[in-house]
Amino acid sequence: MTTRQARARAALVYGGALLMLVWSAGPFVWQISTSFQLDRALTGPTPSFIPHPFTWAHYTSAFFHRHLQFYLRNSLIVAVFTTLFCLFFGTLAAFALSRLKIRGRFGLLMVILSVSMFPQIAIVGPLYLIASAFNLLDTYRGLIIVYLALGLPLVTWVLFGYFETLPREMDEAGRVDGVSTLGLLWRIILPISLPALVTTGLLAFIAAWNEFLFALAFTSNFQHQTVPVGIANFTDIYYVPWGDISAASTVVTLPLIILVLFFQRHIIQGLTMGGLKE
Amino acid sequence: MPGVQYPASTDADRRHRVAVSRPSRALPRGPMLGGSARLALVAWLLLLPALIALAAVSLYPIANGIWLSLTNTSLITNEDAFVGIKNYIALANDGQFWNAWDHTLLFTVASTLLETVIGLLMAVLLYERFVGRAILRAIMLVPWAMPTVVTSKMFGWLFDGQHGVINYLLVKCGLLSANVDWLGSAQTALGTIVLADVWKTAPFMALLLLAGLQTISPSLTDAARIDGANAWSTFWHVRLPLLWPTLLIAGLFRALDAFRIFDLVYVLTGGGPADSTETLSTLSYKVLFSTLQFGYGSAMTMATFATEGVIALGFCFFIIRQLRANR
Repeated sequence: MTTRQARARAALVYGGALLMLVWSAGPFVWQISTSFQLDRALTGPTPSFIPHPFTWAHYTSAFFHRHLQFYLRNSLIVAVFTTLFCLFFGTLAAFALSRLKIRGRFGLLMVILSVSMFPQIAIVGPLYLIASAFNLLDTYRGLIIVYLALGLPLVTWVLFGYFETLPREMDEAGRVDGVSTLGLLWRIILPISLPALVTTGLLAFIAAWNEFLFALAFTSNFQHQTVPVGIANFTDIYYVPWGDISAASTVVTLPLIILVLFFQRHIIQGLTMGGLKE
Repeated sequence: MPGVQYPASTDADRRHRVAVSRPSRALPRGPMLGGSARLALVAWLLLLPALIALAAVSLYPIANGIWLSLTNTSLITNEDAFVGIKNYIALANDGQFWNAWDHTLLFTVASTLLETVIGLLMAVLLYERFVGRAILRAIMLVPWAMPTVVTSKMFGWLFDGQHGVINYLLVKCGLLSANVDWLGSAQTALGTIVLADVWKTAPFMALLLLAGLQTISPSLTDAARIDGANAWSTFWHVRLPLLWPTLLIAGLFRALDAFRIFDLVYVLTGGGPADSTETLSTLSYKVLFSTLQFGYGSAMTMATFATEGVIALGFCFFIIRQLRANR
């Protein structure tokens, strides 16, 4: 390659990289900047990126006027329990599919995958009637049960994919040592599957934290509504409170982003395994 | 991956252990080797909770939805009589339904195509070596991890008709002569929603395609280059054909997901202005939870379900053909 070509290539690559950086991070950075600006700066003729004057007013408003702390509490409870149940039942299912003799396991995996592709609008009506019959509306339990079932396919697939990569010789060795079936899972497979469990747990947590449709249909007050429903309802009669919305958005998104950046390598691996298993 | 080493056991050992473990314990403690029927039972017991959850929360509601769609169930009048295919006949003549059907399909095709093209461009770029690549790859997960409701509000603010920064920048650059009410006018609202969806999902598509690109052996592209092919024709004739199965599978998942679009529309426009962004999920939600017509609403969601099934079958047809052709 000549130097001119190399230079052109570098310009193209770094130009593209810069474009991608602005495209991916720009909107959210703008949102964070908005959350620190006064309403009169936001509605002024010239938008500014640096908050001037700087204010925490939108954060206090989001917490004290708009019940953000309740939404956060509700989301946290629902997402944590969903994650734990998903991991527990998903591990059992993935272990059975990967290590035990199950007739038609390929078919089962396909059924599990296609169930996760169902349009959720098609199940929300009947589930609402069931939840209403069992007094599960406006409860954490109702949401956790639904999210468990929505999260299980992905969790099972990713864990199944991971278990399949573990060498079978371990099973043999364990059996020779007289380890029972559940012992094989508990004492041999689980201890070395921690990275996969963290990844899948994170995926289940994010899915539950972000879910909107069922939370909207199943809950009707801030005692049980989750963060997405809460933020969707941030409105005033005469104007849209963009500052408060931005503050709440920052509060609920920043922890996710920190988690994701921290575990990014595992997440990318886990998702490409679950999504593109050929 | 950390391997687990076990001391090699001798045959004598093994006999001893089997002998000791023969009196098998009660089921909950886990059965020992041998009884294959028992092992199968354990397997199914482990699978059972997951299968029950899926059956109760996905399969049963679909069956129940089919039944409801054949009744005039309404939570207002408390009726639930069987009416046959009356709801489906009404649906076939419902202009609003077909309007939403068109928008959903248009949205699905537009966003899937754009996401694939932009995702592919990003993947090709990320495949190159450059300083800061790892950081960029991590930052690309930000749109994916963010709650869709937050994305919606964010785009609502960026594209606000009065104070949105997009208007400000476009007017400043001279690309627009006056502010555009992006989400408030029927010409631009659906396009803005497509853009928001592409923003949220293209980076993720890029990461899937990047994983696909990385499985292609470099020796193939090297061989092409030695034969005198330039970068473009190497990509077009070597990498792209090998990437086809990945593209199709990723496209299938994206298309099925795009077809379910609800959050973005519900929060950004609520289906308006003048029904110009109404999709099947938002319209069905209104029929179900605003008018409480569960019979008619279920007919609508079952039609949605059927359409999604047809899309999935179409993709599967192409995927299987592609996999056969590659063999």
